[in-house]
Amino acid sequence: MRTLSALTAAPTRSGGSAPTARRPRRWGALTGALVVVVLATAPLFLAPFATTTLTRILVFALFAVSLDLLVGVTGLPSLGHAGYFGAGAYAAGWVSLNVTAEMPVPLLAGAAVGALAAALTGWITVRSRGVFFLMLTLAIGETLQQVAETWQSVTGGANGLTGIPSTRIAGQPLTNAGFVHWYVLVFFLAGFGLVWMVARSRFGAALRGIRDNEPRMRALGYPTALYKYATFVLAGGVAGIAGALLVAQQRLVTPADLGFTTAAFALLAVIIGGAGSLWGACVGAALVIVIRDALGPSLGGHGTLVLGIVFVVVVYGLPRGVAGLRRLRRNGTDR
Amino acid sequence: MSAVLEAGLVSVLNGFAIGFLLFILAIGLSLVFGMMDVLNLAHGALFLGGAYLGTAFVGARPSWGAFLAALAVAAVAGLAAGGALSLMTEPLRKRSHLDQALLTLGVALVVAELLTIVFGDDPLTIAAPPGLNGSIGILGITYPAYRLALIGVGAVLALVVYLVVDRTRVGALIRATVADREMVATLGVDNRLVKAAVFAVGSLLATTAGVLGGPVYGARPGLDAAVLILALVVVVIGGLGSARGALVGALIIGQVDTLGRALLPDLASFILFGALALVLVLRPQGLFGGAHGTVPAR
Amino acid sequence: MTPVLRCAGLTRSFGALRAVAGVDLTIAPGARHALIGPNGAGKSTLFKLVTGTMQADEGRVELAGRDVTGLSEVRRCRMGMSQTLQHSSLFGSMTAAETVELAVQRHNASRISPVRSTRPATRERAEALLADVGLGGRGGVLVPALSHGERKQLEVALALACRPRLLLLDEPAAGMSPAESSRLVELLAGLPSEITVLFVEHDLDLVFSLADAVTVLHLGQVLLSGTPDEVRASEAVREAYLGTGRRSELFGPAAETSGGSDVPAGS
Repeated sequence: MRTLSALTAAPTRSGGSAPTARRPRRWGALTGALVVVVLATAPLFLAPFATTTLTRILVFALFAVSLDLLVGVTGLPSLGHAGYFGAGAYAAGWVSLNVTAEMPVPLLAGAAVGALAAALTGWITVRSRGVFFLMLTLAIGETLQQVAETWQSVTGGANGLTGIPSTRIAGQPLTNAGFVHWYVLVFFLAGFGLVWMVARSRFGAALRGIRDNEPRMRALGYPTALYKYATFVLAGGVAGIAGALLVAQQRLVTPADLGFTTAAFALLAVIIGGAGSLWGACVGAALVIVIRDALGPSLGGHGTLVLGIVFVVVVYGLPRGVAGLRRLRRNGTDR
Repeated sequence: MSAVLEAGLVSVLNGFAIGFLLFILAIGLSLVFGMMDVLNLAHGALFLGGAYLGTAFVGARPSWGAFLAALAVAAVAGLAAGGALSLMTEPLRKRSHLDQALLTLGVALVVAELLTIVFGDDPLTIAAPPGLNGSIGILGITYPAYRLALIGVGAVLALVVYLVVDRTRVGALIRATVADREMVATLGVDNRLVKAAVFAVGSLLATTAGVLGGPVYGARPGLDAAVLILALVVVVIGGLGSARGALVGALIIGQVDTLGRALLPDLASFILFGALALVLVLRPQGLFGGAHGTVPAR
Repeated sequence: MTPVLRCAGLTRSFGALRAVAGVDLTIAPGARHALIGPNGAGKSTLFKLVTGTMQADEGRVELAGRDVTGLSEVRRCRMGMSQTLQHSSLFGSMTAAETVELAVQRHNASRISPVRSTRPATRERAEALLADVGLGGRGGVLVPALSHGERKQLEVALALACRPRLLLLDEPAAGMSPAESSRLVELLAGLPSEITVLFVEHDLDLVFSLADAVTVLHLGQVLLSGTPDEVRASEAVREAYLGTGRRSELFGPAAETSGGSDVPAGS
């Protein structure tokens, strides 16, 4: 009879799967470093308007990355994620107006309020699945937008919060577009790094398990609702940070920033990039912002129309649906 | 004291007006989802389309002819739009429900933006038809005549839809499709046809609701999303695919929403979400839901 | 000795149908206990009540003397109850190794870190488990690319990775080739006696070659609980199975020639 090494004795074999993963990881790191260098030096050779567009892309990309943690990694398609983005933006804006714009207060306020809003609403959403999750998150996003529109004394109502002071670092206000860009870049990288680390951690592996087959994960002893809830709150917090960065960049928040359209565009960015690929979500975000903000004026102000059409085309074009893409892509790149 | 009573009565009447309107809107959404598992996120955009048609025909110079013409055109446009949506989701039949929902989301964005291009950014109003544009006394209060008429028309429409779904052979087919699509398909009924028909009628109801609601809500960008959420809440609360659930859910939400707005204007949106959360915690399948539920028992 | 599993008066109804009606079941430590019965006898439902996938209407479930009736399937798994699922649906985007690592990391002493990636020790143990179930060298293959039999083997590896005290197997050999099936018997027979096994199986050859105790379920109730020989000899069991006239038709020639009790296993 064979001996059952895993059950009886300590395993002696060494891991054999590592060498195959080395090469792509090195290339990824190289590309990543190159992208960071380009992003960091961009304000030195770009016009202020182009720099601002790039900054907006970074803000939206971080937002999309936080959504991708839900959609692509955990399999929770949220249509209300803009609610937490907007909640973070309003919190950062309110704190800047009424308390202090000194770093890191607005940023922390944004992260805390984003996470808190997600914590208050997430306990009910994580109990549902698929289209029901979509419906509930949509309802929550819309509720938050209505709160922003009606809570005049805090949110400024339909006009939003205007005249938000520049973020200050050690008393110095960030007024130059280049400085704002660098400020946003630093926290984009931090947020991206956080989500990336979670996605490839043991916890992240469990999240992918939940995405693929939640009942089986429960049978393996994973409290899946708790995992989903924790992820929901984390994603809300990161979206809140992105919201705070939005305020630092445009110094204005309106109810539209947490509306249906913003949420739909973030979902579009995630889907364009291929759900589950954090890099892809950033590329998708870049496309969305370029079409909406940079090309929008030359399209007669109707970038939204183009994006809506892109949305329809992308849904048709996915070979195996929104859920199918990640299976095609993965060939050891995750490890 | 009497002022409080009057305010209460106005609120209750408003709740009924909105409730019946919501039922007309939500029943289409509920049946399409219950029968075909397609969550039509373009439903709100269809409502807004109807409302803008109302402004185009009626505008500031109301007449019965214009109003009825708007209703007729909206009905035809709704039928066509529903048929088109049904056709568009057909290639995604084999994919997940999520893909179909996302497709309708894309359509919703396109439709809403096209409406903005045609009708502009500003909120538009629709005047009530002549004879209904004033107020009348009822139970000791004065109340807008149009809203009262809306309650009447809404109640009749709701009754008709309810009877059709619950009492007729067509309705039996619809309910059977909700319960077991494959079974109905084996009986020799082409369920693509059923789907197209339900989609078309559901969309028709959405666009006519837009016209009917025009004198109350007007037409403005963003109304589509607001209305879609209300309809979704109704559908989730009532239970998917249930006509009775949609009716009860719509009336509850109509009352809760108006009462909330009257008493706690700042927190009205929270109250709506709270009602939704409460129902989902206590009865995840909705008040009248059967097989479907927010937590599938797999 | 405290039984590993004790069910008392377990009942579960679906509308008017009482799928499981007052089932008492006691599994001794180290047992290789088979649960058999005709289709619709309530085996699957009973299994779900034991694992906690489904909650019982009445009755109680004890795991090693502790009442777990109100606990979720997650908690029960953490307490040493681990299962394979009949319709093996695993993780479509993962490789076999990643799948087992998921289970291994959950039942390691260390926490599931939200920042660190898989530890080498986890990988090694996953590989060893894969080798044990006959999937050595197949760790890098995506689950959808595995054959049906291989997926069943992976299920077993997954269940073993949970460090079970009680291993619940729902038709582990269904759809397996004879070679795969005999390999499975060898694997199960070789499990250390600290792991108690309760399995549902239709293949009676497999049942009698492995089990040292058998419970026959019929119409939601326990028809008979006893040694394989007692079950083979029972008239009532024979009648329950489609009214088969002769015992040999039911239990086959293998069962007639060799007793089941001499198979090496705990007890």
